[in-house]
Amino acid sequence: MIAIIDYGAGNIFSVKNALDYLGLENRLVSDKESVISADAVILPGVGAFPAAMKKLEATGLVETIKDEASKKPFLGICLGMQLIFEKGYEFGECDGLGLIKGDVRKMEAPELIIPHMGWNKLEKLNDCRLMNGIGDNEYVYFVHSYKADCADENISAYCEYGGRVPALVHDGKFVYGAQFHPEKSGDTGLKILKNFGGLI
Amino acid sequence: MLAKRIIPCLDVRNGKVVKGVNFEGIRDVGDPVECAEEYNKQGADEIVFYDITASFEGRGVFLDVVRETAKKVFVPLTVGGGIKTVDDIRETLRAGADKVSVNSQAVKNPQLIKDGADIFGSQCICVGIDAKKIADHKWTVYINGGRVDMGIDLIDWVHQIEKLGAGEICLNSIDADGTKEGFDIEMLQAVCDNCNIPVIASGGAGKINDFAEVFEKTGATAALAASLFHFKELTVQEVKTYCRAKNIIVR
Repeated sequence: MIAIIDYGAGNIFSVKNALDYLGLENRLVSDKESVISADAVILPGVGAFPAAMKKLEATGLVETIKDEASKKPFLGICLGMQLIFEKGYEFGECDGLGLIKGDVRKMEAPELIIPHMGWNKLEKLNDCRLMNGIGDNEYVYFVHSYKADCADENISAYCEYGGRVPALVHDGKFVYGAQFHPEKSGDTGLKILKNFGGLI
Repeated sequence: MLAKRIIPCLDVRNGKVVKGVNFEGIRDVGDPVECAEEYNKQGADEIVFYDITASFEGRGVFLDVVRETAKKVFVPLTVGGGIKTVDDIRETLRAGADKVSVNSQAVKNPQLIKDGADIFGSQCICVGIDAKKIADHKWTVYINGGRVDMGIDLIDWVHQIEKLGAGEICLNSIDADGTKEGFDIEMLQAVCDNCNIPVIASGGAGKINDFAEVFEKTGATAALAASLFHFKELTVQEVKTYCRAKNIIVR
């Protein structure tokens, strides 16, 4: 069973719909026991970094998530991916979960339209099981204004938008993060979610 | 590189897809969930549902359509029409929409944009604008499906909504809508020059080159059409193949 963490941040039903469609058993959860008993965990999220972190703290799940992410497949999506890092700088500095080294900063470049909204091409950087079966010309759907700043070794795939934007990150063990929305990225996104389900 | 988006729009009334010409002469054309699935197969980058039902009962049926579509179609869904309050936004997002499009109500109560962006994030607040030319390089904003001129300068409104936290603009030209003579290039470029958020071009698409033209001549990041796709004059795939041949990046 994949636990989708429901902490009041964003459209969790889209993630659920996609997993249901793929036949991957899942549940929306907001209690420790369900996260501990799950085979894998997904942390979704849209909105602002500090507000989401505050909501996550309010569920009392922060320590549980940190523990479980070292034992079983864990996928952060969009803001959920950003929360994986050590710090965010949206409306001031805010601590993240610190599962992967790095921080999250505003995307900036002259004339760059923000948010980065739409379909952008995945460029592979490091091998990652979530990218199994993904070709060289596949697009996924992004919508965000902040991006991760982390070591190349943690980047499985990136896209170009006013510079390199980490799209899929991985700690080399159980922790994965997708800046794009795999649940809204057509067949390519479904393949990536299916690959994640395959890690169980 | 970011791909230009091709977005089919489905006007829905009482659970059925309809398409009006200049907002009048509406006729039924089919089941919205099936239409959305078909567009998804054709490669639509996003699908817009527009609720033109005026009744409370119709609203429930409409949200059921969104809910059913979200179970089968895994591209972003934008939902507009009849959204008046933060609770309406919440209900629509919960039904499976990724973004809401607010139009008349945002003009009457601009605070709705700010409240929506603060609570749900700018990324899900698309502001729809219906505008019409009144003088050389000057347009005003209309509400109620293009029927009421609010006398608000288009560019002033664009500046205001960006400040309030709108994540995207869907700009519909009343002059071009239904004419099939191409997008309103002049108005679109004026808006793109005056904001830093994505702009969707709407109104006027009639032939395949109109899509290439709007991307070549304006900063619009997406182009929307309804009747053209409904009546199968063009498929999304045909539009994309054409744009690709013109070196426009599409998915």
